[in-house]
Amino acid sequence: MLQLMINGEAKRFESVATVAELIQALSLGDKRVAVERNGEIVPKSRHRETLLVDHDVLEIVVAVGGG
Amino acid sequence: MLQNDQLVIAGKSYASRLLVGTGKYRDFQQTADALDASGCEIVTVAIRRVNLGQNANEPNLLDFLPKNRYTLLPNTAGCYSADDAVRTLRLARELLDDHRLVKLEVLGDAASLYPNVRETLKAAETLVNEGFDVMVYTSDDPIVARELEAIGCCAIMPLASLIGSGMGIVNPWNLGLIIESVNVPVLVDAGVGTASDAAIAMELGCDGALMNTAIAAADDPVLMAYAMKQAVEAGRAAYKAGRMPKRFYSATPSSPSLGVISTRKA
Repeated sequence: MLQLMINGEAKRFESVATVAELIQALSLGDKRVAVERNGEIVPKSRHRETLLVDHDVLEIVVAVGGG
Repeated sequence: MLQNDQLVIAGKSYASRLLVGTGKYRDFQQTADALDASGCEIVTVAIRRVNLGQNANEPNLLDFLPKNRYTLLPNTAGCYSADDAVRTLRLARELLDDHRLVKLEVLGDAASLYPNVRETLKAAETLVNEGFDVMVYTSDDPIVARELEAIGCCAIMPLASLIGSGMGIVNPWNLGLIIESVNVPVLVDAGVGTASDAAIAMELGCDGALMNTAIAAADDPVLMAYAMKQAVEAGRAAYKAGRMPKRFYSATPSSPSLGVISTRKA
């Protein structure tokens, strides 16, 4: 069991270990997203190897319309 | 008429001097149509938390912005501290595959959306050190503009009036001072309400204009985008052409004074 803070929301996950698995679990697999973990960028190339730790704080963002 | 009059930002040349935001349109199709009508080459996008949950098949803005046509300009709209702005643009760089050209804006309060200059300077310094090409939204203060240029920002973007207000060019004198003060491109960012505002900015000698609400909040955004394209081009051409001197209270006829069929004595 992993407790994570994602985009300001507390979430629990049963079988998620890496950033890549988290993205799958959130059904964001085919979306263009960027991930920050505890204030540091996690590059796409390292999503598979980056292990999550209990109480990690994550930001997952997309591009939206704006001026 | 105006060939080789390119806008050069961070070493890249653009034929269009109009930069357009992608917020507030009815839908992505209207966004795409307005951008097309505007002829712009640089478009701003915002970076936001993804919707967690059901909307897996939501359309994505980026799918409507062909990569080979538009240069994306991720912004930091909504950030009130240097730290948030820097983090947002690091995320943007990661999201957009090592993209470097960014629009920095650090706001001071939600009522005016006026820039917080102290935080803006701080963020600009960090971002330039990290290799970003920073186009910076700022107040219309020529001293601040010079400081931002000294830090290494690649374009200075003073407000013409408050963001989203459509109040037009409220202080042309300050814009003029900034244009004379710095060597990097100066673009009006925020405040343009209609085509004549954009033309005035360009006639003052601005290198470009960035706008969103003026187009998106028009009754017909696509038509307004077209109007803005022409206004920016007309204003630029008028600036390059060099306007006639103003002659206050002193009329001069355009037609010959002699040979008029008239009984009136000169």
